[in-house]
Amino acid sequence: MSLRSSLGKVKGLGSAKEGVHHWRLQRLTAIALIPLTLWFVVSLLSKVHADHATVVAWVSIPYVTVLLLALSIALFWHLMLGVQVVIEDYIHCTTKQIVAQLLLRAFAGLGALLAVVSILKISLGTH
Amino acid sequence: MSNRPLSPHLQIYRPQLTSVLSITHRATGVALSLGTMVLLYWLQAVARGPEAYAAAQEFLGCWLVKLVLAGWTWAFFYHLCNGIRHLFWDAGKGFELRHVYASGYTVLAAATTLTALTWGYVLFVAGGAA
Repeated sequence: MSLRSSLGKVKGLGSAKEGVHHWRLQRLTAIALIPLTLWFVVSLLSKVHADHATVVAWVSIPYVTVLLLALSIALFWHLMLGVQVVIEDYIHCTTKQIVAQLLLRAFAGLGALLAVVSILKISLGTH
Repeated sequence: MSNRPLSPHLQIYRPQLTSVLSITHRATGVALSLGTMVLLYWLQAVARGPEAYAAAQEFLGCWLVKLVLAGWTWAFFYHLCNGIRHLFWDAGKGFELRHVYASGYTVLAAATTLTALTWGYVLFVAGGAA
């Protein structure tokens, strides 16, 4: 017999007090990444030997800029959610756990920012 | 506490396709996460200009880096295909044992085929110089 209230079950708030938020965002970013990464890989294949001007011209096409930004955000978000669970599972010392989680967030946050700024600089720069 | 019986640990637990594919999903996820640094390196090289871009193209074209990139490509396709397998499980489909094995072998075959096609294109169709 469960002692949880009906309201508690409906809200889905477990011990982490965030319910299915993490699980749902991991799936949402995963689904977004299926078409985005496939598009990106196929696009890169046609630019294996492309010169700088060709790549800049490609990134500057408005829909390409938007898709690259979407890819960057979904990618680093998904990465953070995934590696977070790996760290939770394998690092048992509390101090190391907190340090690792902070480093992961720094990496994911700065990585996403670097990608976004690079893409915007290429796309919006004067050329 | 220390005298309690424990379930068999990994060292004496016979590997099965299901458990191996499961840990491979994690391993490829971590590898791909680290690999985003290559993507960031390439992007900021494009942003910095033609000289930085040319240097990046030369670095990415050396055979050792290409070998790592080929491994990374397999990790990408594996994580993609197995991720789709997980999404079907999340929807409650494909849990029959024979389906789990069939989808597992399909994922391995698909990842390997897609990696071969990708690098076949890069090396033999696009021309192997880069």
